Amino acid sequence: MVPIEYYVGLSAVLFTIGALGVLTRRNAIIIFMSIELMLNSANLLFIAFARMYENLGGQIFVFFVMTVAAAEVAVGLALIVAVFRTKETINIDEASTLKG
Amino acid sequence: MDANLIVFLIMAVVAVGSALGMLLNRNAVYSALFLILNFATVAVFYIILGAPFIAMTQVTVYAGAIMVLFLFVIMLLGAEELAGGRVSIDWQKPAAVVLGLLLFAELFVVIFFRETVFSEFGETAIIGTPREIGLTLFNDYLLPFEITAFLLLAAMIGAIVIARRVRHKPNKQES
Repeated sequence: MVPIEYYVGLSAVLFTIGALGVLTRRNAIIIFMSIELMLNSANLLFIAFARMYENLGGQIFVFFVMTVAAAEVAVGLALIVAVFRTKETINIDEASTLKG
Repeated sequence: MDANLIVFLIMAVVAVGSALGMLLNRNAVYSALFLILNFATVAVFYIILGAPFIAMTQVTVYAGAIMVLFLFVIMLLGAEELAGGRVSIDWQKPAAVVLGLLLFAELFVVIFFRETVFSEFGETAIIGTPREIGLTLFNDYLLPFEITAFLLLAAMIGAIVIARRVRHKPNKQES
């Protein structure tokens, strides 16, 4: 088996890429995909530690994270569609009407 | 090098490369396809780590359902590429890159250069077969399972209400 540090390192790389996507991109859909990537890196950690501690709880929690991700995507994409209807764009810098 | 390490390295390169492709591609459709590849790669890691059922769920739920929803919305809105648009903060990108690299450096130091709690993987893996997962889920985690049902119901109602087209606009204030 590959040492667990490798899996944790890979998860850190994926999480960093996801965080960079959230911070640098302005397309709202790509920001959502970056959030999915970060959730996915957390899931990888859950599975790796479930293997390390030989406990199925980590695998169960991946289920719950997936459920939350699915709910978040459904509501988030509905929000994006609603924003697109009023703004005609999904550039998040344009959605600044609340700014004082 | 043993075979496990070679497999890990190949899959890790694919995973990081597809994540970078998702991040750097200008076209949102290509980004979504790269993300599907990334999810499939992570599913392979799940299989290696003794979670075959979760891996299949990952492929069907994430790479299947969720990404199809993404692609559908991208094509519905015609939002493959952002046409120009203004940038609120000029220094946002450099600052984000610096902070992101800082985050990665911090994680790297914590993982590899610190007295950690990591121990070796055991020889005998406990395999998350559908039977084992089901037994654990419905015996030990029954209440969280029921709560996720409510969460999904709330998300469904919320999505329908938010995305519903409003027939008449009551007071249109800005043009």
